[in-house]
Amino acid sequence: MALRHLVAGAAMLAATAGAASAATITIATVNNGDMIKMQKLAPKWEAATGNKINWVVLEENVLRQRVTTDIATKGGQFDILTIGSYETPIWGKQGWLVPLDFPAAYDTADVFPGVRDALSSGGKVYAAPFYAESSFTLYRKDLFDKAGLTMPAKPTYDDIAGFADKLTDKAHEQYGICLRGKAGWGENMAFVDTLVNGFGGRWFDEKWNAQLNTKPWHDALTWYVDLLHRDGPPGVTGNGFNENLALFTTGHCGIWIDATSAAGLVYDKSSSQVWDKTGFTAAPHGVTANGTGWFWAWAMAVPTTSKQPEAAKSFLAWSTSKDYIKLVGDTFGYTVLPPGTRISTYANADYIKAAPFAETVKASILTADITHPTKDPVPYTGIQYVAIPEFQAMGTEVGQLVSAALAGQSTVDAALQKAQDSVSSTMEQAGYK
Amino acid sequence: MNQRARYHPVAGTAAWIVALVMFFPIFWMVLASFKPELEAIATPPEVFFTPTLENYQTILERADYLSFAFNSIFISVGATALAIALAVPAAYAMAFYPTKRTRGTLLWMLSTKMLPSVGVLVPIYLFAKNLGLLDTRTLLIIMYMLMNLPIVVWMLFTFFKEMPKAIIEATRIDGASQWQTMIWVLLPLVLPGIASTALLNIILCWNEAFWSLNLTAHDAAPLTAFIASFSAPQGLFWAKLSAASTLAIAPIVVFGWFSQRQLVSGLTFGAVK
Repeated sequence: MALRHLVAGAAMLAATAGAASAATITIATVNNGDMIKMQKLAPKWEAATGNKINWVVLEENVLRQRVTTDIATKGGQFDILTIGSYETPIWGKQGWLVPLDFPAAYDTADVFPGVRDALSSGGKVYAAPFYAESSFTLYRKDLFDKAGLTMPAKPTYDDIAGFADKLTDKAHEQYGICLRGKAGWGENMAFVDTLVNGFGGRWFDEKWNAQLNTKPWHDALTWYVDLLHRDGPPGVTGNGFNENLALFTTGHCGIWIDATSAAGLVYDKSSSQVWDKTGFTAAPHGVTANGTGWFWAWAMAVPTTSKQPEAAKSFLAWSTSKDYIKLVGDTFGYTVLPPGTRISTYANADYIKAAPFAETVKASILTADITHPTKDPVPYTGIQYVAIPEFQAMGTEVGQLVSAALAGQSTVDAALQKAQDSVSSTMEQAGYK
Repeated sequence: MNQRARYHPVAGTAAWIVALVMFFPIFWMVLASFKPELEAIATPPEVFFTPTLENYQTILERADYLSFAFNSIFISVGATALAIALAVPAAYAMAFYPTKRTRGTLLWMLSTKMLPSVGVLVPIYLFAKNLGLLDTRTLLIIMYMLMNLPIVVWMLFTFFKEMPKAIIEATRIDGASQWQTMIWVLLPLVLPGIASTALLNIILCWNEAFWSLNLTAHDAAPLTAFIASFSAPQGLFWAKLSAASTLAIAPIVVFGWFSQRQLVSGLTFGAVK
């Protein structure tokens, strides 16, 4: 019944989109669980519409470089791009993406407004969200019980540091805290940016003056470096999401602050040894709660160079629809629904029952406001990034300096002064000042 | 005194150690490809485990391995054949009829290898787009041929240089043309050198990743793109990535194993000793 409904829906979308004849579309995407499920279910859309899909799966950074080259040179190699909430408004504003206009059956009002806004520019939506995430705190309930500790619903950074100190037992390879240390704007800086926000810091003041050598940055980084030295695992400068996931699921971390998308992976019995011992709560906060949980969405967009824009839009509408999310649940189980995009997902009793982390994830995503990421006003949007084209390079450079401070190759103050000089110079050259 | 009598135990042991160090990452990769994901990233690493074919099953379900492998073979062999066809006459001319600019030309050709590839990505991408060659095997054959041509010319040049000039003079006295001299006299003599150059070139083409990832999408993607598609930003993927890498290198390892005698004899035949 569900399948018939879905196929009928897809056929309707194809008809609405005016796909008069069969087309072949090429989709550039990343290799993650949600995208793999989409590849497995896509033949249903192909059967319903007569269209065909060629998949190009690439590593995230390679994908960004590949897609940027193709769009900038108008190569026209792809009909659908998998891009994030950082690129979407920038590329949309530059006229690289086709504005999306969904049929009524898509129910745009069902998409979380924050998610929709993050994928828009100038009032136009440029990408359809496939899944969205924030950041939150994962902790080992069994270790907390054993140590007589209680995790608050909204912990502070001081709470986290105190718990981590008590949970660390390095002789038994048990580390109180696991955090990202690997350099990169999407790696260590994702966490560090939320930390700085929580300590009351910001990247720029309202006139685009860099603020990296200010007290909040100093305090945040000192907290980060000291805590990881005391209670973190060895080789922390090499740890990104995947490494910390491996450490946490094999029982080596007491607390891990990272993406809400970790919940489904930690809760997966087949690949996690701690699936039944893990608790979830909000990301910690400091002097402010603004920007302490990040926001990210993977979405699909149609480049203006697409040779099959109508078929591409038809696929977007199908693969981000309510019916598609239901199909994922019916096929793969409700624990693994694409999270964070639609209000109806969290009204689904099957999902709430299968995924005990769902409400915490929803609350984290709803709290994350990319338009108010800091305590003091800023001229930019974005929580763990600054939504300007220059940020990728700047974020990665600052990430390397932070990583060097973590490795003990420089002091926190020296790293921040270098970061301040470099960011100021970049902003001056880019004409912001 | 024969060769065996000159065997030196210290040198022999050092050679074994170097060989084992070089082989270890490949051994570890193959081992990881037979582990479940959790065991593949376990610390301390697990050497004894129950092997599984699950990773191979998963990647073969998700990607068309044969299509990627066919593209790798077609592109590597095509680029090598084209490079050899262009390099043989060039190396012959430079070896036997050098001018005062020959040495400079050779050095200049080699210097092009020092240019970072990413520096010419956009012009080449635009060039390929305007010629309608993006995501075609033809484009990668041309790119790989151009990329490796300096090495091929250099290697063939050193092989030709080893040939005594008296042979050329004798054939010319016997009335052979330059073309006949090259085809019927010199080529058979340097055939081991050409074979080893071709083998090395195939391996270089097979392993190239930058251009294959940037210039192909679906139709012409070789095995390097196949491997890249199993690297994941989130989630455990080492065992599957290891399985994909094992499948990608398997054909070239088998090929290298069967041709190692020719490869070694060819390399020691010329100046690359």
